[in-house]
This record gives sequence, structure tokens and C-alpha cells, in this order.
Amino acid sequence: MQPLDYLKETPSQTAGPFVHIGLTPNKLGIGGVYPQDLGDSPIREEAKGQQITIVGTVRDGAGMILRDALIESWQADAAGIYPGNDPRGAADPNVGGWARIIADFDTGEWVLKTIKPGAVPYPDGRMMAPHISLWIVARGINLGLQTRVHFEDEDNSACPVLGRIEHRDRVQTLIAKKTGPDNYRFDIVLQGENETVFFDI
Amino acid sequence: MTANSEGDRDPLFFRDRDWHPAAYTPGYKTSMTRAPFRPLVALGSTLSEETGPAFGQSMIGALDNNLILNFTGQPAIGERIILHGRVLDETGRGVPNVLVEIWQANAGGRYRHKKDGYLAPLDPNFGGCGRTLTGPDGSYEFLTVRPGAYPWPNRVNDWRPMHVHLSVFGSGFGQRLITQMYFEGDPLIARCPIVRTIGQEKAIEALVAPLDMNRAIPMDCLAYKFDVVLRGRRQSLFENRREGM
Repeated sequence: MQPLDYLKETPSQTAGPFVHIGLTPNKLGIGGVYPQDLGDSPIREEAKGQQITIVGTVRDGAGMILRDALIESWQADAAGIYPGNDPRGAADPNVGGWARIIADFDTGEWVLKTIKPGAVPYPDGRMMAPHISLWIVARGINLGLQTRVHFEDEDNSACPVLGRIEHRDRVQTLIAKKTGPDNYRFDIVLQGENETVFFDI
Repeated sequence: MTANSEGDRDPLFFRDRDWHPAAYTPGYKTSMTRAPFRPLVALGSTLSEETGPAFGQSMIGALDNNLILNFTGQPAIGERIILHGRVLDETGRGVPNVLVEIWQANAGGRYRHKKDGYLAPLDPNFGGCGRTLTGPDGSYEFLTVRPGAYPWPNRVNDWRPMHVHLSVFGSGFGQRLITQMYFEGDPLIARCPIVRTIGQEKAIEALVAPLDMNRAIPMDCLAYKFDVVLRGRRQSLFENRREGM
């Protein structure tokens, strides 16, 4: 038999408690190396669409809020086009789409100011409801966790991804709750009661 | 941000989660309350994971990949090393123009972080972070000092092996990876509960960088080589079928 000569993906390891040194040194207080941290905002002021703020925490299985979590977000523009390598064309030039967000060192709260994305097609052509992809790393997390933020005030009923969640009572863990005209709350629970749905993508 | 090339849009290879560390690994105590207990929802990649951010050369400063000089301009103390390698995908192709970020402790095992209270001193000339973009063949290079081992509160006498943290982007958000590289011959590797979150010995070996005398510079620095492999991409010719067909 011929060998199947694919390489294996490099195994993941935890980001550890000091991830900020590498990824957000300025926010940690290490100035002078980089002029600014990467991923400070996924949009420029002039971006088209509804400007929104999402606030949340990440909690562990003992109910404790993580103060060392780091989250990256990735999203489409208001028309549902991804910046960069979307095969369907160019996105709003004022949408970078990617952000790097850290939990507050004291309170553990994280904040994402962005625009609400448009719907994006699933591989079979059906539309996925508007969502922001999140990737969560921290001390104690061996492989980054992938989840999605959906919005309470959007029609999520026909989303093919949400439709794949067999335990229907868990779908609500992916729906950001509206707390104001342009404000949402999205709390992430790593383990236990109301555990957030994480994907193998 | 710059556009990626054609072909960087295809579906991602499926992740082998038996190769990666499991989420719940009691030897590493913090994982016990931070591991999901419910099964992951299996999805396969969509446009949301097949696309991803791209970074341009304009955001990289001249000394960003030189940890010996990038904090104060004065040299850090420690064993001078070149850390180099390539970012490849599972098909063996180099992945060009992707961001590689690293962070590490200083030569004494002390991190420049307010949460690190280890008694080894800070080096006033060592910050501990670096970044670079891969070249056309996926290659990258850093100049740094070899980090020291350090103790951590897990079991009463646990020590991390010497290691450098790496954060790597591919062309899709679903390729995002953070890992740690270790150094050839370090006797602490086999004793480390974080290393041992990985079950397969061959997977652990993939995180150990060999000494590379060919890249060492005589009378200047040693070198270690560390290749990073990201998820590959599937040809998308037959991907547009509806489910069940």
C-alpha cells in the first residue's frame, strides 16, 4: 500500500495565563515594542450597518469568571461578505472583520464594539443567520474553543447551523440577549449548567 | 489587510481531535473546570471558517522578530538563539504571508506579566514578545534568548520545560492555532502535565524543536528549527451537494 503522505496538524497547547505578553502587550503594560495591539477593532467608524456593542463574561464549571481569557472574533460585513478571501467579492473596506478581545483583568468582562453582520451562505446555499464566530483560548483550555454569537432580534429559525443542534434547549446558549437598542449580552459558560455550545468545525 | 490567493477558499481538512490534547486532562488541574462536558457539535467548515483575516507587511516593525533588541534596544541576557522554521499545511505546502506571534519567559524563567510572581528577576532589556509574517515559502525566523524553565502551581513541584508559545494564523479562521514549542533534550518535557495533555507520543515529538547547527552563526548564536503544520484544504469540486445526496 502507498503511504498516505499528509502531514499531521501541529498539536495545540494551552495559551497559558500570560498570553497577553504575546498577543496584547500594550494592554498588559508592555509598551514600546509594538505601536499598538493587533485587532483593537473589527471596523472603522465609517463601516456600513448597525453599530452594536456586545458585552459578556466567560465562566468556568465552578461558576467563576475567567479573568485571563482571550477571545478572537471573525465576522462578515453588513451585507454578509467576508473581508479578504470571500469568493463572492469585496467586502466593505471599512470592515476588517477580525478582533482580539481580552477579559478585563479585574472584572473578567469582555466587550466587542462592531457592526451587526449580514447573513452568510452555508455550503449548500441555504443562509446561515447573522452570526459572529468566536475562538476562545485561556489557561486550562488545551485547544481553542469555537462558538458563534447569534442575535435575539434576528430570525434564527431557518439557520442550518443552529438546526444541527440536537438538544434544542441548548440553542439559546448561542443567542445574544438584547439589553438596549444597540446592545447585547453574550455570556459564555465553559462547563456545566447552561454550557455554551462549542463546535467541531 | 491584504487579499489571500485563490484556492485559499476551499473547505478545511477535518481536525483529528485524538491527535490534539483532549479538553479534560486532570493532570493539568485548571483544565478540569474549563473543559466542556457536553459533546462538541460537529459541523465541518463553512465560509465563516474558510475565510479569515490577512495581515500586511506594513504593520511589522524592523525589530518585531528580534526579541533580543525589541524591548529597549539594549541586548537581553541569555543564550542567544535563532528560532526558525516553516508554516506548512497538511498537504505539505508552505503557507505564505501569515502572521506568527511568539511570547516567552526570559532566560531565568520569569515572564514580564503582572500575574507572574516568580522570584527570578526580570531582565530590564527583555520584553518577551515577537511577531513576523511568513515568506513566500512559509518560512519565518526569530532571534531571541532561550527561555528558562519555571515552577508553576499545579502539583507541589511542577516545572514547565523551557518553551516558547506560538500563535499562528492560516488563511482561514478555522485554522487558528496556539501551541508551544519545546527544546531538544530537555528532561522536563516528559514530566510536564501540560505536554502530557497530548496522548500520542508522536504528537508530543511534533512540538520538540531540534538543535539546527546549520543555521547557527559561529561565535554569535545557536539555532533551533520548528515547523508548524496547519489544517489543509479540500478541493471543493464536489462540495456543493445538498446534505444526504
